[in-house]
Amino acid sequence: MPARLEIRTFLHAFDRVFLVRLLFWALLSCVAAAQPAPPAPQARFVVVLDAAHGGDDAGGRLANNQLEKSFTLALSVRLRSLLGARGIQVVTTRESDVGVEPEKRAEIANHAQAQACLSLHASENGLGVYLFASSLSPALHPSDKDLSLGTPVQPTRFAAWKTAQTAWVTRSLALEGVLHSALQHAGMSVTLGRTSLPVVDSMSCPAVAVEIAPEMGPDKKVAAGLDDLDYQARVAEALAAALVEWRSEAHQP
Amino acid sequence: MIPRHQKLLFGILLLASLVMGVTLWQLRERAHKRLIAGQDSAPTRAPEVAPAEQATLLVANDSDSSMRTQIHSLPLPADPGSRARAVLGKLLDLYAAPDAAHPVPGGGSSVLQVFLLPVPESAASAAASVKPKSGDSSSAEFRANTTGAAPREQPQTGPQLAVVNLTGSFAASHPSGIEAETLTVLSICGTLHANQPRITQVRFLVDGQTRATLAGHADLTRTYLAGDAVPAEGTQP
Repeated sequence: MPARLEIRTFLHAFDRVFLVRLLFWALLSCVAAAQPAPPAPQARFVVVLDAAHGGDDAGGRLANNQLEKSFTLALSVRLRSLLGARGIQVVTTRESDVGVEPEKRAEIANHAQAQACLSLHASENGLGVYLFASSLSPALHPSDKDLSLGTPVQPTRFAAWKTAQTAWVTRSLALEGVLHSALQHAGMSVTLGRTSLPVVDSMSCPAVAVEIAPEMGPDKKVAAGLDDLDYQARVAEALAAALVEWRSEAHQP
Repeated sequence: MIPRHQKLLFGILLLASLVMGVTLWQLRERAHKRLIAGQDSAPTRAPEVAPAEQATLLVANDSDSSMRTQIHSLPLPADPGSRARAVLGKLLDLYAAPDAAHPVPGGGSSVLQVFLLPVPESAASAAASVKPKSGDSSSAEFRANTTGAAPREQPQTGPQLAVVNLTGSFAASHPSGIEAETLTVLSICGTLHANQPRITQVRFLVDGQTRATLAGHADLTRTYLAGDAVPAEGTQP
């Protein structure tokens, strides 16, 4: 019988220890619940700026013998400064007068996993600012819901390089809309369109090609040329304001 | 003193040299004539005066980035490929005019050829699901079809792929810019589809070769769906 007594004593002792531990864990949980939750880390927001052309590829010839490659690089540098001052991380495809292949540009953008990609262009043809989204057919984005089932659409593992933009066309059109509003708010003439640019079509991010032409005045004549520094500054400011707006939209739940 | 037999030998050799020179000259002339005859580019058939017909052109306008339909009366050949080339020639003539709304130098001679190929059913269904069709399958097919002696028999119905071969000078002199290049490409696609609705897809070559872009922007490596290029009246592309 003493052996049976020893077992009972042991079980009583085990129960006590178990109860004390349980109370301790419950107390800790209550304290943890009472404390305020630590702030969620700020979501990453990256913008890719692609200054078109460069190196041997001069692009179009603008007024006063300015080359498109120089204009786009200057705009990219200016925009990068403006966005950096607003706390936006910027990745550029080129920082100097070097030639970068379209595939490499798209590769840089895709590695950056950016929330917005702008391909910057300039032309003496036309008036105002032209915004182009890819002319690829929009495919369902992973964030879209299958209407029949109400469940998120499963993303495909692989995307064809030349048509990677298909999954992002809907978001690109939304970005185009935000850019449109900001530029119009800045008093500029904006034309929206769709096009097939190899660089944009290979990007897996919301991507818009921005082509800047001389500013159109109220009389539908040229009010400011591409060499007008004030016009360049206003375009850059408007694009930066649009991207700040896009960031705030992206951070909304 | 030169011996007589040596003088005689010298005379014979001189005469033989002259005869050989004349013979060689005549042979050269004959070969030259034969070569010219082989490269004769004169038409084998007398040109026929085609009756004037109405052609629908989608003419781009830079001022408002639109494309408007214009009806023009022009002589059109019966052969569909030549017909397509004639229509595009008229379109590019309009762009080369001094007061053009979408100025592009070059004119009608910038279109070297327009080849019409049947669209394989698999390609047609793929194009229906995904608009751009990458890769060089169509151009490979084009090469196979043009290098072969006997062209493949084309069905009388069904969609067609038009391969538009432009001159290098046209691409080199085209104004650079997304807007300008896109309007040119879309107006060509739209004009082809408007006149020959069987043309559903369009690809571009420049001097018979694939080229990355028209003038630095618009993608020329992809297949364009011609039907998508036909907008409503006066709308932007």
